[in-house]
Amino acid sequence: MAEELLEVKDLRTVFYSDGEAIPAVDGVSFGLKKGETLGIVGESGSGKSVTSLSIMRLIPSPPGKVVGGSILFKGQDLLEKTDSDMRKIRGNNISMIFQEPMTSLNPVYTIGKQISETLMLHQNLSKKEATDRAVEMLKLVKIPLPDKRIKQYPHQLSGGMRQRVMIAMALSCRPELLIADEPTTALDVTIQAQILEIIKELKEKTGTAVILITHDLGVVAEIADNVLVMYCGRAVEYSSVRNIFFNPRHPYTSGLLNSIPRVEGPKKKLQAIKGVVPSPNQITKGCRFKTRCDYVHKRCMDEEPPLLEVGQSLVRCWRYCGGGECDG
Amino acid sequence: MDSNILEIKNLKVYFPVKGGLLPKAVGFVKAVDGIDLTIKRGETLGLVGESGCGKSTTGRAILRLIEPNEGNVLFEGIDILKLNKIGLKPLRKKMQLIFQDPYASLNPRMTVGDALNEVLYVHKLGNQNERKKRTIELLEMVGLTKGYLSRYPHEFSGGQRQRVVIARALAVNPKLIICDEPVSALDVSIQAQIINLMEELQKDLKLTYLFIAHDLSVVKHISDRVAVMYLGRIVEAAGKEELFDNPRHPYTQALLSAIPVSNPDSKRQRIILEGDMPSPVNPPGGCRFHTRCHRAKDICSKSEPETKMLGGGHTVACHFA
Repeated sequence: MAEELLEVKDLRTVFYSDGEAIPAVDGVSFGLKKGETLGIVGESGSGKSVTSLSIMRLIPSPPGKVVGGSILFKGQDLLEKTDSDMRKIRGNNISMIFQEPMTSLNPVYTIGKQISETLMLHQNLSKKEATDRAVEMLKLVKIPLPDKRIKQYPHQLSGGMRQRVMIAMALSCRPELLIADEPTTALDVTIQAQILEIIKELKEKTGTAVILITHDLGVVAEIADNVLVMYCGRAVEYSSVRNIFFNPRHPYTSGLLNSIPRVEGPKKKLQAIKGVVPSPNQITKGCRFKTRCDYVHKRCMDEEPPLLEVGQSLVRCWRYCGGGECDG
Repeated sequence: MDSNILEIKNLKVYFPVKGGLLPKAVGFVKAVDGIDLTIKRGETLGLVGESGCGKSTTGRAILRLIEPNEGNVLFEGIDILKLNKIGLKPLRKKMQLIFQDPYASLNPRMTVGDALNEVLYVHKLGNQNERKKRTIELLEMVGLTKGYLSRYPHEFSGGQRQRVVIARALAVNPKLIICDEPVSALDVSIQAQIINLMEELQKDLKLTYLFIAHDLSVVKHISDRVAVMYLGRIVEAAGKEELFDNPRHPYTQALLSAIPVSNPDSKRQRIILEGDMPSPVNPPGGCRFHTRCHRAKDICSKSEPETKMLGGGHTVACHFA
């Protein structure tokens, strides 16, 4: 087995509110090899963004805190790094693309300055070299007239172009791991297609591993190798992308798949998942999906299922106890 | 009886761009630049396009929330654009709007009961008791209970809020509802609940929808016919199946090919559009799409294509279709 680039084990992140510790991520584990893409899917409040911020050690503290688990990046635990060590890793070895490109670019600096800043800081390039690299990066993400664009400010660019600048910035130091948190959610489909194409191409060229966080299952199908489905801070299903789409095991995964309208094929009535996502402190015992599940049993009410190995998938559901299907 | 509930002819909405020392109009954003649309009674017309193409402006101009500069909007044969404020009011009851953001379209200081009651009060529908009864009925119609009447919007989840917004739109028994991105702010599992609710209500109350959205798979699911907009113009319109199976305009083809498909084995050929949509202040001459079109020839930058009828209600504005 090839060496894992990133290994997250039993990650626990809580937020303190009114003296109460609310678990946002509760015992999530996954691994990522070089050049691989992992899709993390879930609805708002499932803990997918908190997972990625925990890896980057960007959880605002207080109120948040990583209280358990380990995040091994090339064998070293990121949770044990000092702040200054982390600063060297962020943007250099691991970088991140955020959802809203307008709020994550600094409006008072030109984009050229913002890209070259990273390069000068991490790669010790001179100003001239860094600017040349910035132009090169903008060319790579297919921004027309890059020499002109580097002198412009974020407000002079369109949304799709800003997102491309973010990608150029994130990839400028050739990171080994790129975390993309809803990189295309705010964009039109045509622009989304451009951005996904760029991420795919860059992945092939540079061998960067990617964690893609999204709620759009279509995007995951396009780009991911493995998928982690999260619900209320828990991993509920973890498997290859083909297993998730063709053989979903957890009722939440199949619920998600059935609730998206399809472009191909004839029209079917959408099967919505009933109810809403509970807040993390609402469910104290039993399976977290029990309030919305169609297959709920007595056992689900009191006992939370562990991640069970079913075929090549990991599934958190009592229907699969003992490897085969059984009624709880 | 006339089968068209709404007919739009040559609708134009321009926004002035002000500049100079004494601000005066130095140019116009041609948000909607001469569109024709008809909506049949009881159908759902999907209006799609990228952000900035003028689809929301169209929706608002129909209701005269934005004053159009030119054109006709006939609702059941009456030209809405010629009416004054008093003449418009009875028509407001027949046409309602659902906005994208349920967080922004409910007054945070009003309970849900008050918000619904206000609509009925403004339109002078019933006395106090009847109005109370009606608000409960409305809440039940959208899958909520009367226990929610005295709650404030912040106590609701996004999906519930959108239900309240729908209930408010239904309060006056409208015939046409203009839905401006009603589900795009919601999570997928909630989105499916709201889409199902809207479909049920349409069947029960015989509603007509103008469904404005950028998510093509949602539009395909809910619409009977679909119109595609680009830079203030309708470039193609057809029945849903026809448009999705047999798109004729290169822009529609590119849009459709850009939809991510939930099938990891899908080996679809993508048409990736280069660049962004040009500015609507100075739209490109000739065909507006020629700057991004993969099939563009000389003629496209010189003359603007006429809208052709292809039969079966399929219309397209392209030289090569």
